Amino acid sequence: MNGHIVSPYLTFAYLIASVCFILALQGLSSPTHARRGNAIGAFGMLVAVVGTLILAGIIDYRWIAAGLIIGSLIGAAMSIWIPMTKMPERIALSHCFGGLAAALVGVVEYHHRGAAIDRFTMGALGLEVFLGFLTFTGSLMAFGKLQGLITGAPVTWKGQNASNITMFCAALVLLVLLVIDPSRSVLFYAMGALGLLVGVLAVLPIGGADMPVVISLLNSYAGLASAATGFALGNNVLIIAGALDGTSGFLLSMKMSKAMNRSFANVLFGAFGQVAPAAEGAGGPAANYNLATVEDAVGVLTASQTVIVVPGYGMAVSQAQHAVRELAQALEANGATVKYAIHPVAGRMPGHMNVLLAEANVPYDQLFDLDDINDEFSRTDVTLVVGANDVVNPAAKNNPGSPIHGMPVFNVEESRAVIVLKRSMNTGFAGIENDLFVQPNTMMVLGDAKKTLREFIAGVKEEAAA
Amino acid sequence: MANELLFGLFIFVLAGFLGHYVIEKVPPLLHTPLMAGTNAISGISLVGSLVAAGSGWGWTATLLGFIAVTCATINTVGGFLITDRMLKMFKRRGGKG
Repeated sequence: MNGHIVSPYLTFAYLIASVCFILALQGLSSPTHARRGNAIGAFGMLVAVVGTLILAGIIDYRWIAAGLIIGSLIGAAMSIWIPMTKMPERIALSHCFGGLAAALVGVVEYHHRGAAIDRFTMGALGLEVFLGFLTFTGSLMAFGKLQGLITGAPVTWKGQNASNITMFCAALVLLVLLVIDPSRSVLFYAMGALGLLVGVLAVLPIGGADMPVVISLLNSYAGLASAATGFALGNNVLIIAGALDGTSGFLLSMKMSKAMNRSFANVLFGAFGQVAPAAEGAGGPAANYNLATVEDAVGVLTASQTVIVVPGYGMAVSQAQHAVRELAQALEANGATVKYAIHPVAGRMPGHMNVLLAEANVPYDQLFDLDDINDEFSRTDVTLVVGANDVVNPAAKNNPGSPIHGMPVFNVEESRAVIVLKRSMNTGFAGIENDLFVQPNTMMVLGDAKKTLREFIAGVKEEAAA
Repeated sequence: MANELLFGLFIFVLAGFLGHYVIEKVPPLLHTPLMAGTNAISGISLVGSLVAAGSGWGWTATLLGFIAVTCATINTVGGFLITDRMLKMFKRRGGKG
């Protein structure tokens, strides 16, 4: 291991850890095994860390102890008290820490080994530092956007793609120069600085609705940075864990971009923030929507036997998941069956809606994916759309001019009645008109989703009692 | 050195394939816990941080290593805890996990 002392026992500990990590991911194939898998993964991590502390030739434990204690306290605090609605922010922050840790290890390794470094290690270190710092600032930007510290709207400028591609190429050139002559430390630190810059500039143009893709991609980069660390240190468990994380993030971003009908190349080059065009024909059909009162909506809901709920980011913003579940229970008490239709890109990260509904005690066998439920809308009495927009826009199917044309969406308009909960009639950042809102069978109920749902619940219970 | 590179690539590519097959089986229901869990796992860079912080390579290495240990520990401890907290919430009808 490049000058470090490698004990065979340590290698064995890393093997155990690697197996545990794979079992942890395997556990996630079903919610019934997932918790046990996670515990196995944590055990593997413990074995690897304890093994390293004892067997890796460490001579000074003071700063290590400080880091482990401070990190554990912060990590535990961030996990125990953070509300589930803040999960995308939480995940963005953890990518940020992961990227920084990998990058700093790379800097230390380069600083320590100096001119004695070989070309291969140099290549790995260069990648590690570039990807690590890119993930660090990129995730910070994503966090800022999710938290509302930076505008969630896409920020675009002229020649943006050209400059991003130029910077990627510059990083590649730096890497090649470093591999040719590892002793040029200026180039190494320039590469790190470039990573920091690319992270900022690549995420800045991205709009809030594209966050699921970005977060997945940053997940992948954090993993690749870890894998590069493994190459530089000659450490197999790092390579394996990094490859697993990298693959996972990559697969998720592919799934997300597919669910938005974007090509993966489009995603990789950060062009996705720009696709959103300016609103066309403002004030057009918006005047014809069917504004409904709470009483009208309650009447439809109580008369319905089959109900599908379609949640979107608006549910998270309004923290309405508990109210959604209470309404569903009231309707079930009324004899209706309630299902939830979850779009892959609903919310701000993969699986966002599932976690929120699980938090509100919605049984997961009531949650259905796009493909599994899309045929059922035509047999459904009422569909309740809670803060979702693009994923229920029929323009994706029948308007070739629409920016979201081709994106797989729910056939919500086929259900007998549709109730849409929406904050206001603004078209939002993307500025896309939604034809669903002007259909004759659609009722729009404007206002805060949680407040409206509470009124629905009261109304439904009243009718049931009457 | 070329051998070491090839051996590392070997492991990387095979682990990537394995990851692909295992992760393809994760339902969309659990995509957020998947992300949190892989985050915790990639916090394994902690072992590299430990060596950087504790090998007596001078104060720069110790300081940067200390920051790296802190960040990586946040991710491992926090990652496994929050994944567990999320997974605990997923229940079938009738309250059974």
